[in-house]
Amino acid sequence: MSTASDVIIVGGGLMGSSAALFLRGHGMSVTLLETDLIGRQASGTNFGNVRRQGRALHQLPLANRAIAIWRKSRELLGADVEYLQSGHIRVCYRERPELVGAMEDYADKARLEGLDLELLTGNALRAKFPFFGADVLAGSYSAMDGHANPRLAAPAFARAAQRMGATIHENTKIVDAQKVGEDFLVTAQDGRTFRAPILLITAGAWGNALSSQFGEPVPIVPRGPNMSVTEPVPYAIHPAVGVMTPIEEETVYFRQVARGNIVLGGSTRGPSYPDEYRSYVLPQNTMSQLKQIRRLAPALSKLNIIRVWSGIEGYMPDSQPVMGPSATTSGLYYAFGFSGAGFQIGPGVGETMAEIIAKGGTDIPMEPYRIGRFAE
Amino acid sequence: MSGRFVRLGETERPPVTLHVDGQPVTALEGDTLMVALLSAVGTLRSSEFGDGRRAGFCLMGACQDCWVWTELGDRLRACSTLAASGQRILTSQPEPTWPNLG
Amino acid sequence: MAEPRIIVVGAGPAGTRAAEAVVKAGIRPIVIDEGRRDGGQIYRRQPDNFSRPYEKLYGTEASRAKALHDSFDALKGQIDYRPETLVWNIAGGQVWTANGHVQETLTYDALILCTGATDRLMPVKGWNLAGTYSLGGSQVALKSQAVSIGHEVVFMGSGPLLYLVASQYAEAGAKVVAVLDTSPAGARIKALPDLMALPSVLWNGIKLTRALKKAGVPVHHQITPVEIIGDAGSGVKGVRFRKASGAERTIGCDAVAVGYHLRPETQLADLARCEFAFDPGTHQWLPRRDADGRATTQGVYLAGDGAKILGARSAEASGKLAALAALCDLGLPVDGGEMTALRRDVATYAKFARGLAKAFPWPAQQAAALPDEAIVCRCETVSAGNLRAVMRETGAIEANRAKAFSRVGMGRCQGRYCGLAAAEIIAAEAKIPVEQVGRLRGQAPVKPLPIAIGEEG
Repeated sequence: MSTASDVIIVGGGLMGSSAALFLRGHGMSVTLLETDLIGRQASGTNFGNVRRQGRALHQLPLANRAIAIWRKSRELLGADVEYLQSGHIRVCYRERPELVGAMEDYADKARLEGLDLELLTGNALRAKFPFFGADVLAGSYSAMDGHANPRLAAPAFARAAQRMGATIHENTKIVDAQKVGEDFLVTAQDGRTFRAPILLITAGAWGNALSSQFGEPVPIVPRGPNMSVTEPVPYAIHPAVGVMTPIEEETVYFRQVARGNIVLGGSTRGPSYPDEYRSYVLPQNTMSQLKQIRRLAPALSKLNIIRVWSGIEGYMPDSQPVMGPSATTSGLYYAFGFSGAGFQIGPGVGETMAEIIAKGGTDIPMEPYRIGRFAE
Repeated sequence: MSGRFVRLGETERPPVTLHVDGQPVTALEGDTLMVALLSAVGTLRSSEFGDGRRAGFCLMGACQDCWVWTELGDRLRACSTLAASGQRILTSQPEPTWPNLG
Repeated sequence: MAEPRIIVVGAGPAGTRAAEAVVKAGIRPIVIDEGRRDGGQIYRRQPDNFSRPYEKLYGTEASRAKALHDSFDALKGQIDYRPETLVWNIAGGQVWTANGHVQETLTYDALILCTGATDRLMPVKGWNLAGTYSLGGSQVALKSQAVSIGHEVVFMGSGPLLYLVASQYAEAGAKVVAVLDTSPAGARIKALPDLMALPSVLWNGIKLTRALKKAGVPVHHQITPVEIIGDAGSGVKGVRFRKASGAERTIGCDAVAVGYHLRPETQLADLARCEFAFDPGTHQWLPRRDADGRATTQGVYLAGDGAKILGARSAEASGKLAALAALCDLGLPVDGGEMTALRRDVATYAKFARGLAKAFPWPAQQAAALPDEAIVCRCETVSAGNLRAVMRETGAIEANRAKAFSRVGMGRCQGRYCGLAAAEIIAAEAKIPVEQVGRLRGQAPVKPLPIAIGEEG
């Protein structure tokens, strides 16, 4: 006999875990199914940026909703996910002066969406952030952004959801999902079945395997973030830092956690293999990352990295997630394919999906995320 | 505190002079930096997380508990670095300075 | 056909004999070693300007040490030897090396990993105090630097190294306050049939205990470590332990050497994507390999204590055997009879090693009894209580999961010194077999890698 609830969520990352928590807030019964353990891939291995600036402008309402949740995360979750609202700075290099104009333009438009950015050039930039190298030309500073610990966040949301009454099954690989009458029937590899009138797919890089079962394949590509961390040093770098550039190899970022380690990310993403549940950091990507970090912040050159890691992320061709209702099947919803930029908005995604499912709609603009855009 | 390590022989080697936390220290040619330091002082560094001073552990480059600093902010693993005249070593994490993050 | 590229990692007994076999086949191998000199840890060579004779440095193993060093010296013109060089990663049939800030990438046809061992540790309250050293570390201090780790030294733990190093210290004139052995008295009797595989080595071991007695060093058997006492600023001041009778006793000292036999350095095998299996005899996860040392990853061979702790003599045999297997797989002629003889030798050493594991058992039960305030992970200062609290809050019972939530094993040493004990603590707390806890996955870099790596000019 199958287990029944109001909503089944497939995929226990940050999106699924936070959706479970907020659905319980709406009084709906929830069963969350996770192939492995909560938050082990994209949600647990990303950089940990709680960053609004730099997002597509249409994502800012969602990002603002998310930041409100991050700010109250300790009370909401009953756990410390190491959220620090310590600022975020995005810089561009001398070789690309045209990007200063793009930064100004973005700041003007972002202000209308409630995101205040301070533009800093030359001496003002280095006076405030003395660790930047000579190549850094200008920066856009967001005082109200920050960072958190991805290893802790999704599991903390899941535990909070569980305390609120959600049912969570880890080590539950879903092999089949279909609509039978009014209900979705979801079958695990070990034969267990789960039944609910509403199904939410938050399965990250595995999302396409499920959306395809409902006639909605999407061109998702699995990749892995390129991450490193240094030994601990005195806490001195408060904002998260990133580079604005059209060149993938130059896109590095770093942040210092309060314990002292500096987390480095970016440059080039690595391969990941969802079917084998594996992802790898390629040594050449570590090398290119370190080279770019030296350029961005030469002061870090004296440190050592002590560990690298990656995880499985799902990338969409337009870098926008698949989010919202299915175009083929009533009662079916999606939130996956966050293209390496889902961490900050994650709790906002969970709250918004819960709102759509429980209330039938939301004020958050969802048009850019329609699954139907790939069929057109 | 005086030295932690005790020399049991091989003391006929030429001396080398280095500075540890600003004080001159005489060691012997062929000493590792760790032996040079711990023949003169009791500890090498502090745990970053408040549980006290450390003086290395494995002596074979595996535990990473003997990293010390030069006055210029470079890091040296004391057990696998040779002591040399002119070295200026710190046994406390320098405060962060720019452009050299200590 | 171009000469195949064979890379040997490690220049201890296994690496030296592997390189020698490759050279004998007419191929010039690359030999990469972290050490400044060859010899590995067990036959570690003192600096050039030291003068102690082999007998003094290596005791009963002097002639083996000399033979190994002589062999390596003879190879020098015929190998591409890269000392002080770290293999920090392996990927896509290439090894990635770091020497200072110089990085190189080397492609291989065969890779023979002879990565050796480090001490196996069980935490005890206070082991984070300055003046606590690993047993192997205390031996390195004496052997390669002619120093004692302190003015008054206690040796604690179990394993053959406990008696060897304590007696070497006593002989060199160091003040050995006591030897505290955790292994139960009856264990060695039970291990005798296996230990008889190498009667001369067994006899050497017995002689060590006699030498300690003669030197007046108190030896306590079947003890339970309670605490290394001291203060956070100046370090170790003594050791408290429980005798077999149950009575607690405190001994004053300013240094403690502690260790429970050895564990293999398997990180490179892990990065090379070799499969691992749990070995119930040693409570360790080991890379799988066939009798000749072939790992599950094609072109990768494992030898010496880096694959499984079978001792230095076995390392010489398994190093040569792995090299012959690699040569054979590359289509070169090898002497099948020689391989058969080497396999037989390794089997004999394996029997003896089983005896040692029985005689000096890993004290897994100490993990359950470890007080909450004891530090487990020295790098990240994670206590047993921290780890247990995280388990209770999150339900984490898998090694990597517990690491992600508690930071145990997340520091500079990558869990080398706390990983095995942390797994036992988790197993005891969750009441599951330790193999269910799994093992910490290896992550590059194998040792800290400078951000300045590859910097030009």
